Amino acid sequence: MNSMLLLTPIAAPLLAVLVYAGAGWRRATAHAGTAAAVLILAAGITLAVRVTRHGPLDTAGGWLRADPLAAFMLLGIGTIATIACAASPSYLATAGHGATSGSSRRYGLLVQCFLAAMSTAVLAGNLGLAWIAIEATTIVTAFLVGHAGTRAALEAAWKYTVLCSVGIALALLGLVLLYDAARHAGLTEADALNLPTLAAHARALDPAVVRMAAAFLLLGFGAKAGLAPLHAWLPDAHGQAPAPVSALMSGVLLPVAFSQILRIKTVVDTVVGVAFTRIMLLVLGLATLALAALLLVAQRDYKRMLAYSSMEHMGLIAVGAAIGTPLAITAILLHIAGHGLAKAVAFTASGHLYATEHTTRLDRVTGLARRNPALAAIFAAAILALLGFPPFSLFASELALARAGFAAHLGIAIAAALVLTLLAFASLARHTAAMLLGDGPPTPSPAPTANPASLSLASRTPLILGLATVAALGITAWPINTLLHLAAQAGH
Amino acid sequence: MSTDADLLDLAAGLFLLAAVAILWRRDVVAQTKWLIVQGAALTGIAVVLGADERHPELYAVAAGIGLLRAVVLPALVRRAIEARSEDRETAPLINIGASLLAAAALVLLAYAVTQPLVRLEATAAARALPVGFAVVLIGLLVLVTRRKALSQIVGFLLLDNGITAVAFLAAAGVPILVELGVSFDLLLAVLVLRVLTARLRAAFGSVDLDEMRELHD
Repeated sequence: MNSMLLLTPIAAPLLAVLVYAGAGWRRATAHAGTAAAVLILAAGITLAVRVTRHGPLDTAGGWLRADPLAAFMLLGIGTIATIACAASPSYLATAGHGATSGSSRRYGLLVQCFLAAMSTAVLAGNLGLAWIAIEATTIVTAFLVGHAGTRAALEAAWKYTVLCSVGIALALLGLVLLYDAARHAGLTEADALNLPTLAAHARALDPAVVRMAAAFLLLGFGAKAGLAPLHAWLPDAHGQAPAPVSALMSGVLLPVAFSQILRIKTVVDTVVGVAFTRIMLLVLGLATLALAALLLVAQRDYKRMLAYSSMEHMGLIAVGAAIGTPLAITAILLHIAGHGLAKAVAFTASGHLYATEHTTRLDRVTGLARRNPALAAIFAAAILALLGFPPFSLFASELALARAGFAAHLGIAIAAALVLTLLAFASLARHTAAMLLGDGPPTPSPAPTANPASLSLASRTPLILGLATVAALGITAWPINTLLHLAAQAGH
Repeated sequence: MSTDADLLDLAAGLFLLAAVAILWRRDVVAQTKWLIVQGAALTGIAVVLGADERHPELYAVAAGIGLLRAVVLPALVRRAIEARSEDRETAPLINIGASLLAAAALVLLAYAVTQPLVRLEATAAARALPVGFAVVLIGLLVLVTRRKALSQIVGFLLLDNGITAVAFLAAAGVPILVELGVSFDLLLAVLVLRVLTARLRAAFGSVDLDEMRELHD
């Protein structure tokens, strides 16, 4: 039973891979991926219930393990993958570029491999396996980023592969050092990278070696989580990837990589105290926030704008992890959920936007609220959620984050983070207002206005449900409240 | 045991020398030859450690490492060059002399930062550990200062060879299952990069990264 539950989130997308490999991408199979995503969500819910009632469970000799943090991340993967996969058929049909059956089939295959790799990464009980899964996400998404086949898309794919491979290689060096420290503390070869065992024997590890390992691990996994200094791939990759893939990368991949940092932090903090990871995460987080806020000011492309907003939120999450108190960790987990959902909706909406406007340039899209009210309303609501307006959950999590920061006597860092967030807020609000409410195109171009109510009910429903979930989480977090608190203890 | 220690030092020395030689040669074909030498040196390190620590399974790992790092990966880079000859020059951002000086500084830095690791145990393997670190740093230097797509792949391979050397010298390698996964991922990453270079070449006409100016803010 346990092993089936733990294997479902990995096996379901792999089955969908077989479907696409065997039958190709056609009307009947287009939603096989959505079915796999729903199965991941169902397994996530079941695991969350079991884990909160009976504690962590593992299988395959501890290689796969579900604790509250893993169950929480799995819920996120399932929900956001459902939104992204449900939007994929209409995206592939309308986006135009490379919509041949061969490229659609490859798209389906790679997206499902991507989902399987992310499920493996969060369920891995062994840091080595988690590393392999995260590196695998780079390999499968490289071609998804370059899916359009244009010069810009290929350039983005190249940058993405090189920077993420280098980043993740640095994380591997960190793992090797951690393994070395664990072996010298008397752990066996099989246990030395096993997270629960490492945490239990943390006091026997050599502090100087662990400090070095932690520096490499934070930099390396930080690269994959979109944190400075190895962040340069993020705006390009998110800007060029197909919109549903951008939704997955921004809403799930970044937090999955970050959850590894949370897990490592637990071990490292027991060995060398909280100060080391706190300072490092503060520097990385504030640098990321500052870069994102400054580059948002003069942004000219709406997908890149959403990408920089992801960097801004990841920076904020890193600052929250630096605070590290249970309140702060609960807040960042809620923030991860809220940001992931809202950003997935925003990116998916940007895909529909591209399908009707045929451009991703900000200055070419104006007066959307008049021409396509349904899409404009969804996009606006997603941006409002990302800006942190109530009732959306990002309001609650940002407030809790600030409270936790002042309580932990990190007032200056929190004040700096808030100023930078405000700057990003102003830019994002200004650009979006221009898109939605601007005067409209000087000469009404025939193509965009030809089909104003193009957003079908089937494409609309997942987006509205996603936004409703963010709002519901903001009003009351009760369905995941216990899970959040348990996960925060695991990550603390 | 002292001959084993000498052999280990020899292999580690050759390993570092190959990294410096890659920095020194401008021609990517010559660089791939040194990659082969480095792969062989890495295999040597694994074999000596296998004999020294009586880990028979290390021989199997060494064979796999040798096949991957000294044969398959350099051959992949080599094939990419044959397709187009004007990409052979590496076009460094800083001149060769300065690169070599920087490499010397990086080796010193590697010895300085790895002190805690060397202190952990007093074996010949641990004493050779800074060499692995130095190669990691030289790999990063190549990645930062060389502008051709192919040289970046070479830099990435240097970085990865360095990490594998650290893994062997520090703890006789990570668990075999993890080592297998890591090698497989590395192979796939290089294959992905190779396919991307081919496509970039079709789209841009060359794979000089300075030509890639489509995306900026």
